[in-house]
Amino acid sequence: MRGAERVFLCWKRSLAFLSVAFFLGIDLPGYGAAVPRDSYVAGGISDARVLIPFLADDTASSSICELIFNGLTKVDKDLRVTGDLARSWKISEDGRLITFYLRDNVRWHDGKAFTAEDVKFTYEQILDPSNGSPYIGSYSMIREVRVLDEHTVSFEYEEPYAPALLKLGMGILPQHILRGAEDIRSSDFATRPVGTGPYRFGRWKNGEYIVLEANRDYFEGVPGIKRYVYRIIPDQAVAFLELVSGGVDSVALSPYQYRYRSRTKDFVEKIEKYKYPSHSYVYIGYNLKDPLFSDKRVRRALSYAVDTRKIIDSVLLGLGSPSTGPFLKGSPFYDESVEGYPYDPGRAEALLKEAGWEDTDGDGILDRDGVPLSFTVATNQGSRVREDTATIVQSQWAEIGVDAKIRVVAWSAFLDQFVNKKNFQAVILGWTTPIDPDIYSVWHSDSSREGGLNFVSYSNGRVDALIEEGRREFDTRKRREIYHELHGLISRDAPYTFLFVPYSTPAVNRRFKGIEPSPAGIGYNFIEWYVPEEEVKYKF
Amino acid sequence: MKYYIIKRLLLTIPMLIGISIIMFVVMHLAPGDPTSMRYGLNPEVSQGARANFNRMYGLDEPLHVQYGMWIKRLLTLDFGRSLIDDRPVIDKVASRLPATVLLQAVSILLIISIAIPLGAAGGLKRGSFFDKVTTVFVFVGYAMPTFWLALILIFIFGFKLGWLPVSGMTPWYADYLPFSAKAGDLAWHLVLPVVTTAFGGLAALSRYSRSSMIEVLREPYILTARAKGLSENRVVFVHALKNALLPIVTILGLTLPALISGSFIFETIFAWPGMGRLGYEAIMNYDYPVIMGVGVMATLLTLLGIFISDVLYAVVDPRIRLGGE
Repeated sequence: MRGAERVFLCWKRSLAFLSVAFFLGIDLPGYGAAVPRDSYVAGGISDARVLIPFLADDTASSSICELIFNGLTKVDKDLRVTGDLARSWKISEDGRLITFYLRDNVRWHDGKAFTAEDVKFTYEQILDPSNGSPYIGSYSMIREVRVLDEHTVSFEYEEPYAPALLKLGMGILPQHILRGAEDIRSSDFATRPVGTGPYRFGRWKNGEYIVLEANRDYFEGVPGIKRYVYRIIPDQAVAFLELVSGGVDSVALSPYQYRYRSRTKDFVEKIEKYKYPSHSYVYIGYNLKDPLFSDKRVRRALSYAVDTRKIIDSVLLGLGSPSTGPFLKGSPFYDESVEGYPYDPGRAEALLKEAGWEDTDGDGILDRDGVPLSFTVATNQGSRVREDTATIVQSQWAEIGVDAKIRVVAWSAFLDQFVNKKNFQAVILGWTTPIDPDIYSVWHSDSSREGGLNFVSYSNGRVDALIEEGRREFDTRKRREIYHELHGLISRDAPYTFLFVPYSTPAVNRRFKGIEPSPAGIGYNFIEWYVPEEEVKYKF
Repeated sequence: MKYYIIKRLLLTIPMLIGISIIMFVVMHLAPGDPTSMRYGLNPEVSQGARANFNRMYGLDEPLHVQYGMWIKRLLTLDFGRSLIDDRPVIDKVASRLPATVLLQAVSILLIISIAIPLGAAGGLKRGSFFDKVTTVFVFVGYAMPTFWLALILIFIFGFKLGWLPVSGMTPWYADYLPFSAKAGDLAWHLVLPVVTTAFGGLAALSRYSRSSMIEVLREPYILTARAKGLSENRVVFVHALKNALLPIVTILGLTLPALISGSFIFETIFAWPGMGRLGYEAIMNYDYPVIMGVGVMATLLTLLGIFISDVLYAVVDPRIRLGGE
């Protein structure tokens, strides 16, 4: 779920009307002609690690990097790709060459001008294995990065790769500071970064807090809040008390806190809570190499027998929505018309009977040729949501005569000994759903080798072909058709029982105005947030 | 004595090596590895990137080679770099150590200044009402789950009454405060963590000093002192208490490791940036170099603590002679 939060924090700076302006080619002056004021104190459970965008792989580091750095592109509040450091771009006929036209009014926090050389430098660093970027695989198809002039840069790909537009949103680093640096990973820069973003680095007290200061020269305008503070509060109950007593201005609520702890007068007066689908989903995956699950009818029956609504209501206290496929709910690629498997135990029983499963020995468990329909569902320790889900699913399956045993295993052992070795029957797990719909790494049959993420060994020729086609297609409308078809196909094959998309439930102090929830969450327009003069809390 | 000290110090070296090998092996016996822990099911991280990560940190080498590399670096006092953020382990420890030492030192002082008088008085008036009340009090402190007590105290004094800060050590705006306000603020933030830590730690020391007092009071020299017609105050404070405190010295030496290892539970609840959290986070992330670094330092201090208490014991108790002098 961690990744989901990270994704939510990814569009801190996307601005709806700016993207419109961007298409019209207008340069907007800063919004609040007003001076930035007050401080926004966000609470998080763990410290940031590295403040270099292409190395940041945890929620805290990524969210801070998003405020300090800009990429070529970003997503707007409706999850569409829009320009960031790039004013616009052009894709060649064959889809292999993307040319970015950069803004010419961008300066680094130290005053130097941002140029195309910075872009080239950054991607050279990412592609250098000695820098150890975990995301190197996303850029391996880049053949060459060329600087055409000071404000124009082009990326040549080995073959057309549509996810590139979003992937090239990676934060750009200043080459004038880092060129010649021996080791970027361990350089001072990683703890005292210089970027182009709306906030510049202030202070970092290890394990306690990070302070960022508003960048008054920001090219999109002056941010409304003077300081962004990230405070580390490892305990969720304590973080909640800090929120209500004013020590922090924002935390992520647990479903329980959202439902039952937020009704007090104190809370209601001071704090506003939000909810929207997170960028993740939870599912039951079946090992298709296991003879029990090789029959599609069995998988579909198991899906019909699961009452997703009931799970959402009891496990997430209603704070989630059912899911029927692997795409981001709320994005154009998720096909709302796919029905999935609405709860229907009668149909489940009929399907199982059709597949030859009947209770011949009267022990309450279905069997076929003397083999009972009995298997183990494994999930990882440390996730209450998954453990509770397993318990409910177990009882719902028992009602149609399916015997499931639950096995909860510590995360690393779970990956090592069960998932990676494909040594399991069924698992309950979750995926984060990236904005780009490319699902190659999880659903393509090529990813089902040992250690790959298609550990259920799903393989469907049509699905493979569509996934490959989708990666090469830049046209959003055509991509939509491709992914809608994929959604339907995967749902019909039922290699997973898609369960639900949990909600993100942040809470923010009411003195912050200008928050507009959207499919991208609430953080996307952070630089537009402001505090009315009379409500300012931190005056220094 | 000098010979004894040198011998003991030299013995520390093979002990440290032995313990570090055990730590290293046990750490690697745990299923899983740092790379899968970190990038396990992240669709954005390719298998190639994971292999690259393993190569960069030598995690793909056989175990004995990894240990060899580690010990070789250690000889130059290089504890290596964290797998998580690439910072030198020694820097990470140095940035966390002051917070833990401060919290632990203050609470140990508090424990000593409360537990010893409490225990001694209890021993003196054994079976009295006072003795019974303090016994119950310290055992309640000992038995009470500390995380629960911490949360209750935070809830009452930090949240409901608002007298004390809810959590943290230094507020983020500390740099905008004058120095005097900063120091006062730190003291303010110390109150709840210190009280919670101390309450749980009272039992051991006060029970030791109680039983030690009871034992001493039975000694013939106390009888002699009384027979000499000394005042009761003199008997209790000079003859009894002084001797009753001898065994306590040993126990104090053993608190040294606690001084730096800190407590994961307190530090997490109070958002205190100390060693307990550092160690715990390192273990959860399979951050081998940090685990080893913290482990070696804790081992060293434990050995040192035992050593100091042995020496101190000989110093304060003239009946003990070390090293067959």
